[in-house]
Amino acid sequence: MEKKLILRGGIAGAVAGLLAFLFARIFAEPQIAAAITYESGRDAAQEALDKAAGTTPEAAGPDIFSRTIQANVGIGVGMILFGIAMGALFAVAYAVCLGRVGKLRARNLALLVALGGFLGIYFVPFVKYPANPPSIGHPDTIKDRGNLYLAMVVCSVVFLIAAVWLGKRLQPRFGNWNATLLAGAAYVVAIGIVMALLPSLGELSVNVQEYGHHATETPLPLTDPKGTIVYPGFPADVLFSFRFYSVATQVLLWATLALVFGPMAERLLNPARQTSKNPASAQPRPAGVA
Amino acid sequence: MSSMSAPASLSTPVVLPAAKAALWLVGTALIALAVYYFIGVDQGAYSVFGNDMHVHEFVHDARHFLGFPCH
Repeated sequence: MEKKLILRGGIAGAVAGLLAFLFARIFAEPQIAAAITYESGRDAAQEALDKAAGTTPEAAGPDIFSRTIQANVGIGVGMILFGIAMGALFAVAYAVCLGRVGKLRARNLALLVALGGFLGIYFVPFVKYPANPPSIGHPDTIKDRGNLYLAMVVCSVVFLIAAVWLGKRLQPRFGNWNATLLAGAAYVVAIGIVMALLPSLGELSVNVQEYGHHATETPLPLTDPKGTIVYPGFPADVLFSFRFYSVATQVLLWATLALVFGPMAERLLNPARQTSKNPASAQPRPAGVA
Repeated sequence: MSSMSAPASLSTPVVLPAAKAALWLVGTALIALAVYYFIGVDQGAYSVFGNDMHVHEFVHDARHFLGFPCH
């Protein structure tokens, strides 16, 4: 049974990843291109400033893959593999939840597990450390940023599992509705405390030393030594669109995962119902329907 | 939810025996996490191939768009 579920999870994940890739190719790539154009322009302005000041600018690293490869093939491979990996994790979570989280239909359980994956793996970490387009993010802080992001992912997933367990514990005393609300509230409080304790990316010590106190690493306007703005800050509309489409892609990915996996799981788990439906329906119909 | 739930025959009473299924479930989870790591993290904050940047550069756009920190 678990092998069949995992296989179905992988298939649903591949379909979800493919759809997410198509969506990303259409909506995200223009924003990524705009961000890279901004970055190139800013680098050129910085170089001019450095030359004027008499310092030699740093040479940029060579491009290993062209933008064409990155924007068409790389993102496709990345999104589809991510979809398969999430589909597999989803199937594992689904198999563990089966029969352990209350009386749920196979399809409804698929929706709930996918909602958990969306919130735990992506959206709750996003609330603290949102997705950033290229040109946002200082290379010196990648290690800290990576660790902080993963810490958010681990906390949100672990707390989510704990909240489900708590809900199950509270259910006999408070009933489904109130137990769910209480467990949800406990999750929000716990993750809220973690978010309050973890630092903003702009407040990392390297960033404070170099740029002063800011909330994020989003590039501010570039100024010459006299304080005149020679290049604007990162365009707000590009940043918003990029993040909006990033969330939309994940909604699409997890929803597709649930909607493709759910019916397959239902057929797998209730084979008796499928066969009994055709010959002279074995189940009694409610009065007034027939 | 209990009063509105589907007939018992449609709900999911199947409980997979933890011990028997554990090997497959844990193995699958580990492989999936490895894929997650290579798409999202490797050659950024950490690197298993030293200074090489091929994985990072190849999935560059996906990494940004999936919400991982990059560069």
